[in-house]
Amino acid sequence: MVAIGVDIGSLTTKVAIVRDSKVMAHEVVLTGESSHEAATRAVQGAMSLAGVDIKDVAKFVSTGVGKSELPYDGEQATEVLCAVKGALFYYPSARTVIDMGAESVRVSRCGANGRVLNFGTNDKCASGTGTFLDTISKALEIKVEDLGPLSLQAKEEIIITATCAVFAESEVVGLIARGKDKASILGGIIKSIASRVYGLTNRVGINKDVIFIGGGAKNIGISKSLGDLIKQELLIPPDPQIVGAVGAALIAQERSQAS
Amino acid sequence: MKTAGIDIGSLTGKALILEDNNIISWSLIPTNPDSNVTVKKAIDIALEKANLSLDDMDYVVSTGYGRLVVPFAQRNITEISCHAKGAHWFFPEVRTILDMGGQDCKAIRCDDTGKVANFAMNDKCAAGAGRSMEVMADILQLPLDDLGKLSLEIVEAEVSISNTCVVFAKSEALSFLRRGKHRSDILAGVCEALATRVYSLMQRVGIEQEFVISGGIAKNIGIVKRLADKTGLNPRIAFEPQIVGALGAALFAQEIMQREQQT
Repeated sequence: MVAIGVDIGSLTTKVAIVRDSKVMAHEVVLTGESSHEAATRAVQGAMSLAGVDIKDVAKFVSTGVGKSELPYDGEQATEVLCAVKGALFYYPSARTVIDMGAESVRVSRCGANGRVLNFGTNDKCASGTGTFLDTISKALEIKVEDLGPLSLQAKEEIIITATCAVFAESEVVGLIARGKDKASILGGIIKSIASRVYGLTNRVGINKDVIFIGGGAKNIGISKSLGDLIKQELLIPPDPQIVGAVGAALIAQERSQAS
Repeated sequence: MKTAGIDIGSLTGKALILEDNNIISWSLIPTNPDSNVTVKKAIDIALEKANLSLDDMDYVVSTGYGRLVVPFAQRNITEISCHAKGAHWFFPEVRTILDMGGQDCKAIRCDDTGKVANFAMNDKCAAGAGRSMEVMADILQLPLDDLGKLSLEIVEAEVSISNTCVVFAKSEALSFLRRGKHRSDILAGVCEALATRVYSLMQRVGIEQEFVISGGIAKNIGIVKRLADKTGLNPRIAFEPQIVGALGAALFAQEIMQREQQT
């Protein structure tokens, strides 16, 4: 029997399938307008990758902002719980988990047993979230995946004064008009995002090891900047985006064994 | 006596020429990325309309977000003081002023002389600033000037915007649009959200008659109407609400000159 975790985020929907605490397959699709439809597509994609059938599934657990939209019978788990569970799966030494998604950032502190000791969330303000990066990538006409590497080539230090993503975008437009190079502007933007995430992390408290997950962890500029601020290296799993889904799948496995 | 006030905001630059307490001319231009250009253009247009030159000015006061970049201003004074001063010139009974510009929003309470008694300001977050209306105009592909009027022409029902952040509200508005909601119903939700946010800022300083709205937002009837409903007051608006700050600056310049002449 297998267990499936479905993480329905605002931008992407992630699915992970586990059997005997091993990840068999995972799938990431854009959420789009219908979470229901995206979740169906992602689950079917992952099932065909793993070569399993719906009748092999012992349990589904969903998480993420759209967790109530799961198109299968299943249970729900909070994003914090899934992030911690997933992070501990990749790094048993994880004690602080930073999860940077498209529309929210979550920081959790946990014990070795996976118990959540404290957590903090920003889902009210785009500053310090992935959406902010998306906005900037459009303003600078650079692909999101290229933002991180380019930011490391900054020629000069630019400080972005605005916190608000909307105002920062205007600030970026002004900087371009003044002839500043894109890499340096990007360097400034990434620092400002990292310092926002750092602020939240600091409020929650930092225990070693710090694990960085979510789409934001794919950005080398942010992970470097954030690591500098936290003054330690961040551990990043190979597919940082799917950690929440893996956590959900592991919770599904546990719950199916318990029942 | 001739004085000039110049108000350099985030989205527009304003200059105003005052002669013996009367407005002679003014200018209102969009800002240039180079603030020197904005300053020069704003003052040049106002002077040209009045058939005057900078040398004719007895005193110049600058205000606004870019008040430090006006090389010919003898003094700079905060926009809070200038808006209270300007609003008092238009409406001597004013006690509460709401000024909303492109990147900030201020609720000001003043005394019977137009002096600031208390104020609250949001300049950190675009939710609650004029910029949010521009963002919505952009995605709904409507002229900024039409938003207010349309927001009052609800077709089915007002759409409720659940996000505060403008970036998220923008995605929310887009998804409503894709689901076939009417633009005016979405705008009604957007204007309601902005008015609610601004109203809570006003409540922090206290609301008293007369209530004056200045800045670009005063041109948005959707916001003005909703604020009238919330406060239960009839907001007063100057014939050109965007020059109130520049007027206040020119009035301060006049006062300074008068004081200098007396001593």
